Amino acid sequence: MSNSRSSSFGWLVLLTALTALATFGVVALLVNIFERKQEARAPFTRVVEVTEVSTDPKPWGLNFPQQYEDYLKTVDDEYTDYGGNHALPPSKLEESPWLKRLFNGYAFSIDYREARGHAHMLADQEVTKRVTEVQQSGACLHCHASIVATYRRIGLEKEGENADAKALANGFQQEAVMAGFREVSTKKYEEVHAEVEKTPDGMDVASGDPHMGGAHPVSCVDCHEPETMAIRVTRPGFILGIDKLAKSDAEVPHLPSVRAWREAGKKGNYDPNTMASRQEMRSFVCGQCHVEYYCANKMTLTYPWSNGLKMEDLEAEWDSTTFPDGGEFYDYVHKTTGTKVYKAQHPEFELWSQGIHARAGVSCSDCHMPFEKVGATKVSSHWVRSPMLNINKACQTCHKVPEDEIKARVDVIQDRTKALIDRAAAAMTEMLDAIIEVQENGASEDQLEPIRDLQRKAMWRLDYIASENSKGFHASQEAARILGESIDYSRQAIAMAYRLELKDEEAKPADSQSTETDADAEESESAEESEASNGE
Amino acid sequence: MRHRYPKAVAVFCVVLGLLAGLGTFTFGYGKGASYLSNDPNTCVNCHVMQSHLDSWQQSSHHHVAVCNDCHLPHDKIGKWVVKGENGFFHSLAFTLGGYSDPIEIKARNRRVTQSTCVDCHRDFVHSMLPATSNGDMQNCVHCHSDVGHAGHGRVDATRNR
Repeated sequence: MSNSRSSSFGWLVLLTALTALATFGVVALLVNIFERKQEARAPFTRVVEVTEVSTDPKPWGLNFPQQYEDYLKTVDDEYTDYGGNHALPPSKLEESPWLKRLFNGYAFSIDYREARGHAHMLADQEVTKRVTEVQQSGACLHCHASIVATYRRIGLEKEGENADAKALANGFQQEAVMAGFREVSTKKYEEVHAEVEKTPDGMDVASGDPHMGGAHPVSCVDCHEPETMAIRVTRPGFILGIDKLAKSDAEVPHLPSVRAWREAGKKGNYDPNTMASRQEMRSFVCGQCHVEYYCANKMTLTYPWSNGLKMEDLEAEWDSTTFPDGGEFYDYVHKTTGTKVYKAQHPEFELWSQGIHARAGVSCSDCHMPFEKVGATKVSSHWVRSPMLNINKACQTCHKVPEDEIKARVDVIQDRTKALIDRAAAAMTEMLDAIIEVQENGASEDQLEPIRDLQRKAMWRLDYIASENSKGFHASQEAARILGESIDYSRQAIAMAYRLELKDEEAKPADSQSTETDADAEESESAEESEASNGE
Repeated sequence: MRHRYPKAVAVFCVVLGLLAGLGTFTFGYGKGASYLSNDPNTCVNCHVMQSHLDSWQQSSHHHVAVCNDCHLPHDKIGKWVVKGENGFFHSLAFTLGGYSDPIEIKARNRRVTQSTCVDCHRDFVHSMLPATSNGDMQNCVHCHSDVGHAGHGRVDATRNR
């Protein structure tokens, strides 16, 4: 009796436990369904005021926690085959020793590493040997710091107007920003950095008291209007550059608002903030910095877009540019050859403009900041990174093919580009050797001039693709074309160097047979020979 | 008076009653009954499906076919087997998260859509169908990707100006 009683009691306990477990599960499900339903509601609550002076991203993060969290993630991106983040990013100079010869005489030959994400960009600039060992210009902070409030402050001060935190918070004031930009553009890095530190990075809205928190890397206010959150461009360099582009006759099939502005009679200036479509803006915000520009202290920061966005359009602008002191334009004097050459920065916007994605209306943000669902909300990912780390959201929204297949396609493009870069680099270093050799053997400056032209063209083209951060993906055929031209110019320069009639005939390269005859195109056979033997 | 059942039974009954009540409430709150229907709005109970519903409404098929017509087999047993299986995995994915988004169709669900295309259009496409039961053929939606979900996932090109 008592035995059966205790066994039925045991059963009851077991059943109760099972029922409790089931209840637990049902409640968990209920809560989950409740949460999912909550997610479907309006997600945005403005808990603090942000203004034009809020260069500190933290208060923005209170209003937009998801975007801020994403932004903070840009400090620890993974490393892809051709780019990405690292605690100590690998040195490009060690990976590709030819870069040291390419940049010989330029700060990039001292320290050149893989770039890290946005939240790192100011800190990394402050410690690079390019800045600590070489005097750099304040123009570098145009893109690396959240500097627009500083431009505005300096512009207002110059006009003798009030520039306290409240005045700075009071609208974008483009005139003042431009004035401040011109004022500091040719000053030294440290001076401008100190100016950024002096600008409030926030404000207590009620009292108007300034908050001083130091300098920040590019943050929310650089791409967003604080009142409406609309995306916008703030960088004076871009605003001036895109206006030049609009006023040119260059074909811009991928920029419908520029075409519309031209058709409407090119009235006034082209202003991206009022005229560009939202989809264009989703590229323009990136084009504020991911472009080619002149960034040193001889003249104001310049985006070379008055002829168009193709590589040779930019080159043509630099060819026709003179410094304010009247001297011919160059970025650096190549140390071992003495040739004045151009440094391509990182022409992502320009190369993208030549590619199929731009033509199809795909913006930078579509791949680098793809929309993702967070709960029921669609958020543009602010974890700006390589699409290869996020193929599902970045590529598969449009390309309905398996991830592996997409990755394989990109790999093919990038590996091919890398192989061409290596070939162009080999040609470039051989060209430098050839020029050094004929210089040592007494080539005159007159003789060298056409060779220097070829050298500048070859180096610019190689640098243009090597420093562009997509390894050819943004426009693969264009990248290959440019590298092909680079190889050709390097080889032409080598050929021309070995055809020179040098005074000291004995000192001529032994394998060059064209001693007495004219050293022109008809002698290309022997030139090719010498080039070939030089190649070994 | 002596109770006819021990106290433990009473406790168990209370717990069971709680479970039944909670379960009924959760079933109602989670719109459980709707999953037995054919209504396409059921699919957006799960808000990740919103864009799929939106694009279906703009598609050429929305007059003639709802979600279940293309995504579930047309025979009675197969329909409920696939409905049950998909229902389970969908709720698992949505509850735990971690699914890919844009969502990718599974191979076996793609076979279902293919079979439903053919089922309705058999008279028209019979000459294109494979001669043997395991024969190979191109997926209908490889070319006709817009019929179910108009422009879904397509880039909205900026050529409108």
